[in-house]
Amino acid sequence: MLRDVSLDVPAGSTLAVLGRNGAGKSTLLRILATLLRPHAGEVRVFGEALPRRGFAVRGRLGLLAHDPLLYRDLSGRENLGYHARLHGVAFERVEEVLEAVGMGGRADEPVRTLSRGLVQRLAVCRAVLHGPALLLLDEPLANLDPAATELVSPLIGRGCGATRVLTSHDPQAALAEADLVLGLEDGRAAFVTSPDKVDAAAVKRLYA
Amino acid sequence: MTTYGRGLRGLSLAAAATMTVALVLTFFYAPLDANQGFIQKIFYIHVPLAITALCGFVFGGVLGAVYLRTGDRKWDIRSYVAIHMALIFGIGTLLTGTIWAKASWGHWWVWSDPTLTSFLIVMLLFATYQPLRFSIEDPERQSRYASVFAVVAGAFVPLNFIAVRAAQAYVHPRVLTLTGGNLPGSMRLTFLVALAGVALLYVTLWKYEMAAKSTRMQVRALRRALLGEDSVVPLKRSAAPS
Amino acid sequence: MKTVLTVLRKDLLLELRGLETLPAMILFAIVTFVIFHFGLNRDTIDGQLAAGVLTVTLLFAAMLGINRLFVAEREQGGFDAFLLAPVDRSALLVAKATALFLFLVVLEVIAVPAFGLLLLGPSLGPALAGLIAVLALGDVALAVIGTLVSAIAVQTRARDLIGPIIGLPLLLPALIGMARGAGPLLVAHGSSGPPGKWVAILALYDVVFALLSYAVFDFLLED
Repeated sequence: MLRDVSLDVPAGSTLAVLGRNGAGKSTLLRILATLLRPHAGEVRVFGEALPRRGFAVRGRLGLLAHDPLLYRDLSGRENLGYHARLHGVAFERVEEVLEAVGMGGRADEPVRTLSRGLVQRLAVCRAVLHGPALLLLDEPLANLDPAATELVSPLIGRGCGATRVLTSHDPQAALAEADLVLGLEDGRAAFVTSPDKVDAAAVKRLYA
Repeated sequence: MTTYGRGLRGLSLAAAATMTVALVLTFFYAPLDANQGFIQKIFYIHVPLAITALCGFVFGGVLGAVYLRTGDRKWDIRSYVAIHMALIFGIGTLLTGTIWAKASWGHWWVWSDPTLTSFLIVMLLFATYQPLRFSIEDPERQSRYASVFAVVAGAFVPLNFIAVRAAQAYVHPRVLTLTGGNLPGSMRLTFLVALAGVALLYVTLWKYEMAAKSTRMQVRALRRALLGEDSVVPLKRSAAPS
Repeated sequence: MKTVLTVLRKDLLLELRGLETLPAMILFAIVTFVIFHFGLNRDTIDGQLAAGVLTVTLLFAAMLGINRLFVAEREQGGFDAFLLAPVDRSALLVAKATALFLFLVVLEVIAVPAFGLLLLGPSLGPALAGLIAVLALGDVALAVIGTLVSAIAVQTRARDLIGPIIGLPLLLPALIGMARGAGPLLVAHGSSGPPGKWVAILALYDVVFALLSYAVFDFLLED
């Protein structure tokens, strides 16, 4: 349950959402992704009001959440091929992202045989496949070793060009990447500021 | 908030009066059937119950469609109450039907009457409405899914009757055909009054239940506003959780 | 249309990989024939009895498929993946119903000859064309209602139970149509074409519920 969360995120910037488990971070991301309906208030993505105009924004956003959204019996390439067709994206792009995350070699094995780190890489591919202008990243670096983290950075990191809303268990890492910070506590906004003005004590309270 | 209580007293009186007149007519005015004797009079309650129940189901489907179109919860609650009431009237139909069958034809259940069979099928379908509703926890999704069900099931009612009637060569003479039948005048009058009575009863009960639910929701909303979230005990099984 | 083909292709690929549902349906049907042989204590059956046995068997085998239809979506995030795409959501209904229809066709290609072999008295040959017509119309009904009911059921707590208890009454007119349509065909020297009345009822049922399901399906997918 989220209440009274109010803020604006300018294009191209990064919003970091901090808070404990259950504070509402994933809920917020799902609402922005048009997967959950807000019960009250106004949500606008790319200027379009949700949920009514959801279909207008769907193709322009990418979600990376806890569930990789991949069919376990299909291979990485087949999964991405499915998503590519759904989004109207050319196949070359599938190869492009697979190469970019270093999955070219293992893309034909069923997803259920892959380690969690490799699955996460594929999930990143899926999220950026259609070149979204808005990335919703729920703990994007979970299960990724440093080498993999470096590979995915150009796709979902600070320099990728998209507007990003990201959550992370590690407040320091999130703060380092953010232009704007939202602290969520029990579904309410504890604070909304820029990273330099964040009060360390307030952050500690969030995770206490 | 619509006030369901408005006009309720007048409606109740009208329903009670019509039902009384219907009973009087049934026992003292309508002629005794040559073949079936006194027990035939159960027809005057059985068929109106059936017609009202079926109309209630279709009505519930229409209300469900309105909910899907508007998203306004009150239509879903109206749909729920309509179907719920129709189920009760339907059970009444099945009970009076079996009594009539036993008395007229000697068996508790007869397959040879297509209407009774169609009715059983419709009841089997709508009996799943409440289990379906209460197995969905999210209230908004519950309303949506229930309304989808109501719409599909409502459309099912006429189709079902067509199919079953086509399937069953009926043995016994049909008393009530679609054209209103080969009923002699006095029977027809009694029947129409009984139908009006049962229909009024249905609408009255529907309004009563809507009034009760609506009042409860308003009280809960007030409590929540004045005393905070915690003062309101969550309802367990309810189609109108709030 | 393209979306329908994409989802259909994915579902057929998944079934080919896993190969669980379809073999189960076929096996179930054949075992059921054996049970009927013992239960009815007959070596052969014909006419309306045969049509009834065949219809019931196909129905319950279909239920197996129906229960599994959206399971991969539910468990592996397939719904979200589809909902995030800028596509017409009713395409999921059409794709799933088509997949189910294809499963039923494959089922019948094996089960009907098996039925002819194991239980049916009269020869299947002359009846085949009429039977195919009746079964095809019945399969459309099973596919459409099955998909609708499965989509409803997958979001409830009592998933495996809700599907059949809602689906079976809803399917009754279609099942009556299938059984009564096939009855006259499965008789020695019986008619070669199914009774027009039942074909008409099946067709009407298919059209009404296909349109209705298409109209309401969107509401099931929103969150």
